[in-house]
Amino acid sequence: MKLDEFVANFADQFDDTDSSEIQSSTVFRNLDEWSSLTGMAVIALAKAGYGKSITGAELKACVTVEDVFNLINNK
Amino acid sequence: MEPYNPFTLQGKQILVTGASSGIGRAIAIACAKMGSSVILTARNAERLQETLSLMPMNDHQIIPADLTSQEQINALVDQLPKLDGMVQCAGVGSRVFCKTLDQNAIDYIMKPNLEAPILLQTAILSNKKINKAASILYVASKAASSPAIGNAIYSASKGAIISYAKCLALELAPRQIRVNCICPAMIWTDLIMQDGLTREEMEEAQLKYPLKRYGQPEDVANLALYLLSDASTWMTGSAIELTGGTQEL
Repeated sequence: MKLDEFVANFADQFDDTDSSEIQSSTVFRNLDEWSSLTGMAVIALAKAGYGKSITGAELKACVTVEDVFNLINNK
Repeated sequence: MEPYNPFTLQGKQILVTGASSGIGRAIAIACAKMGSSVILTARNAERLQETLSLMPMNDHQIIPADLTSQEQINALVDQLPKLDGMVQCAGVGSRVFCKTLDQNAIDYIMKPNLEAPILLQTAILSNKKINKAASILYVASKAASSPAIGNAIYSASKGAIISYAKCLALELAPRQIRVNCICPAMIWTDLIMQDGLTREEMEEAQLKYPLKRYGQPEDVANLALYLLSDASTWMTGSAIELTGGTQEL
């Protein structure tokens, strides 16, 4: 799994946030559109896109998009 | 002073599936009369053209598709503009006794009535082809809550789409996108004429309805106009029965 590809897929979970606003260093919880629903979408992305199960608690511990990438990658 | 019209669809882009006949055709025509641009889809291009010929001119578009095919769903969605409204109207009916139901009979109903609209919705959402504050409408049926002999799978398909739509309403609410269902009782369309009953028998049967008649496609279209317009911006997750007063089909 490549980081830039993951960042693009992560950005795709947002409807109103422009993908240019989302980089690997982005603190995603600060995005206006971030919500529990987007969180569920990211968990679904890990499962459907990468075949990895991550929990809400694990996602909560992540700060940047790269943290989520590492979480999934290390599963 | 402009006449008061809270139901205007002026400037909206609305997709109608099943627009080649029956309720879908009536909804497409009504939307056009209310000022929207309509994208008409169904399998039969010729009959879509007939629907188009009955609509006031505007920036309408015909995109024929068989929505039970994922490739054709994808091709349709690729061609769509961003939608302000969509009506999932395509569907089939058939009456089969439970003791003779087999996989084919289940698929015949479930694929067009349940799977196709769900997969089309997925494609529209994931390709971001729907605007904020749009209105999504499913034409379900009173059959979902009114049992009738031979109608088990049809009723189940409509009950399932209502349950789906209510969950979808929750997921799209943060973007002010609304999702509602219309549940009509018997409407004079080709679909009810396939049940093996003659027109005369149904003319007789409709007198059991409190309002003494089955519905017309236009009766459903008028409710669809309300649900697609900004008059209903506080309504989501609802399944509205439209029945001429009947509790049974």
